[in-house]
Amino acid sequence: MNLTFNHQLLRKSQSLIALFLLCLLIALLSDKFLTTANLWNVLRQISVNVCIAVGMTLVVLMAGIDLSVGSVLAFSGAVCAGLIKFGFAFESLDLFVGFTVLGGILGAMLVGLLLGLFNGWVITKFVVPPFVATLAMLTIARGLTMLYTKGIPISNLGPGLEFIGSGWFLGIPVPVWISLIVVLVFVFISRKTAFGRYIYAIGGNEKAAFLSGINIKRIKIAVYGLAGMLAAIGGVLVTARLNSAQPNAGMSYELDAIAAVVIGGTSLSGGVGTVTGTVIGAAIIGVLNNGLVLLNVSPFWQQVAKGVVILLAVIVDKMNRKEE
Amino acid sequence: MLLEARNISKSFPGVKALDDVSLTFYPGQVNVILGENGAGKSTLLKILTGVYPQYEGDIRLDGEVVRFSSIREAQDAGIAIIHQELNLIPHLTISENLFLGRELHNALGLLDEAEMNRQTQAILGKLQLDISPQTRVRRLKVGEQQLVEIAKALLTNAAIILMDEPTSALSDAEINNLHRIIRELKQAGKTIVYISHKMEELFRIADQYTVLRDGVTAGNGAMEHTTEQALIRMMVGRDVQIEAKTLATSGEDAVLKVSDLQLRHPYVKKRLVLQDISFVLKKGEILGIFGLMGAGRTEMLETLFGLHPGRSDYQLEIEGRSFQFKSPQAAIRQGLAFVTEDRKSEGLVLGMDIVSNISLPTLNRTSILQGAREKNLARSYVDQLAIKTPSEHQLCRNLSGGNQQKVVLAKWLSTQPKILFMDEPTRGIDIKAKHELYELIKTLAGEGLSILLVSSEIPEILTLSDRILVMAEGRLTASFSAAEANEDQLLKAALPA
Repeated sequence: MNLTFNHQLLRKSQSLIALFLLCLLIALLSDKFLTTANLWNVLRQISVNVCIAVGMTLVVLMAGIDLSVGSVLAFSGAVCAGLIKFGFAFESLDLFVGFTVLGGILGAMLVGLLLGLFNGWVITKFVVPPFVATLAMLTIARGLTMLYTKGIPISNLGPGLEFIGSGWFLGIPVPVWISLIVVLVFVFISRKTAFGRYIYAIGGNEKAAFLSGINIKRIKIAVYGLAGMLAAIGGVLVTARLNSAQPNAGMSYELDAIAAVVIGGTSLSGGVGTVTGTVIGAAIIGVLNNGLVLLNVSPFWQQVAKGVVILLAVIVDKMNRKEE
Repeated sequence: MLLEARNISKSFPGVKALDDVSLTFYPGQVNVILGENGAGKSTLLKILTGVYPQYEGDIRLDGEVVRFSSIREAQDAGIAIIHQELNLIPHLTISENLFLGRELHNALGLLDEAEMNRQTQAILGKLQLDISPQTRVRRLKVGEQQLVEIAKALLTNAAIILMDEPTSALSDAEINNLHRIIRELKQAGKTIVYISHKMEELFRIADQYTVLRDGVTAGNGAMEHTTEQALIRMMVGRDVQIEAKTLATSGEDAVLKVSDLQLRHPYVKKRLVLQDISFVLKKGEILGIFGLMGAGRTEMLETLFGLHPGRSDYQLEIEGRSFQFKSPQAAIRQGLAFVTEDRKSEGLVLGMDIVSNISLPTLNRTSILQGAREKNLARSYVDQLAIKTPSEHQLCRNLSGGNQQKVVLAKWLSTQPKILFMDEPTRGIDIKAKHELYELIKTLAGEGLSILLVSSEIPEILTLSDRILVMAEGRLTASFSAAEANEDQLLKAALPA
């Protein structure tokens, strides 16, 4: 009894142990790793992926997938920049609305939410596989970004947004604060609310959840909406960090997010996984990237290493499940 | 070849699927296996064809003990199986399907399509199937696809051919053709093992029968020495002791009133799955619904629970108020609860614990979870229903069938329903758990809960019900009070006209 309990505890914390061993290894090989500046750097770098991957976790817990988050990130980042810099003009009404930094950010989040809700609507209303629906949105949102920016970066967005990307608050980088808040909110939602429970139930057995009177469609639409909104927060962070919205921002970010989710122990077939696991997954990817840079490994090898880590994580996970 | 299964036992976590079963399948005969869902037929087939290499007991071919560790080994020994859901690849041609995995090659090592087509043509000719070997399988009718499967078995020269409900999707003409082919195979000395629920066809083609029930042999012998009624009796069983029914305090006021219910077929136009169904369920009453498989019992419960809103018509009154449910949510809100037939695929989220499963329908969907309250709720049901588990945080996957069923029951009781639907509540559960559930069901009715109990087990229906309705082919065919009902009458009413 006690033994199985320890065994379970070990399994639950194995990604944490992997992260710890990885840090230890890199610290032994490079004395630049364990410096405060570098560690803040790592955390700041992973903050965007953490935001996206948290949304992706909810989607994957329902046995779905969202390939559109990278493009949604780009579009909402561009909207954020555009609103702050140019405002919004209703030409036919001869009306012009200017936006503050906060207004621009909220506008971006609204855009992300709407695109995500659209994903959910298509998936539930027309029974389109999530892979296909969000693949379509990947292209649509990227195209919208190009249209909106005319293919040119929107830059020089002022000190307010720059603070969000590069500033410090109470000794901690602002992007880290933001991702921390996102994580706390979604750990709470996934563990302590009926909405979170429904996500697990739908992923575990959609039919049983439906027969228990859960409005499956509504929950699914909401989750894709949240995933879009979290991608938008990532978009704001990327834009703020560069003080510029790049039309091709966020390319293949969806893959990093999925990687973080999978490394963090969430099953792609749904029902099993945690938000905290995903955060550890994102940290493993971040530390690995950082460590390989510090060790002067070619960026091409970094990609290979990331792939190997994903494979290892999934294989170990499979072996664990077989034991059950 | 003579195929024998001696003292076969096979267990899965929580249930013994086969318990010391012995069967003999004779060459040159059609040997039929009968049994309700969950009786152990499919487990037996899987053992015979090498899908389950782990089992107790012996399989013998012409007296020699064999043990297949893979499907391939069984095939090589001459056993072919034709599954109910056909295993053909729709986008490949007949010939490509027939030779899949055993393609013929020419001198250059390339596929010898001409020879494969020639051989296919020859076999199709034998089956009187006048189609080109290069036809893609998806263009064939179901009956023709069935024949392609048989052709596959003939190609491998299988001596033993297992057929799992081969006629379930065939037209009458196709069935006649299949029967003709089976007779020819018989004459050629093949051993045919046949699974079907259609009594009438069994009496036409079968020679030997074995009835399985709850994993044990309930009877066997020659078809010519038995009757339809006798076979059904063996299938639905009588070994459960019928106890004196404690009369529930069933009042006179109707809790549920259903009139003129009909359900259209999902694909076939103008075909009705259910029709002319009207009945009343009184407070505290257990209304048993008996019928054989395919009579439409489950569909009726599903329709009332709001699962087929697009293709059903009915009037439904609960305590005098009219409703039409478009979703389970709406039905639950008005006091309906539905213990579904398949607890694993429909009743439980197996990867969640007891607590989360029980509270699932009653969580306030906008609220924050109240862990302590959920846990207390679960604990009270664990005590009340005597759910055997080390903790209420045990995953439902790790519970036995009987305890899983109790969790499903607890989940629905927590919604404080007025009306409880139960569809085969004791299927695949051991005898002891069965009796515990019977006691529970009686107690609940005694407390005023109205229960609609669907079952294909006659003793269960007779033990529990205050009144019994019988269904056949989508209609109500008879109604009995508990006192006047008996086995023979129920069976007679349940047989298709």
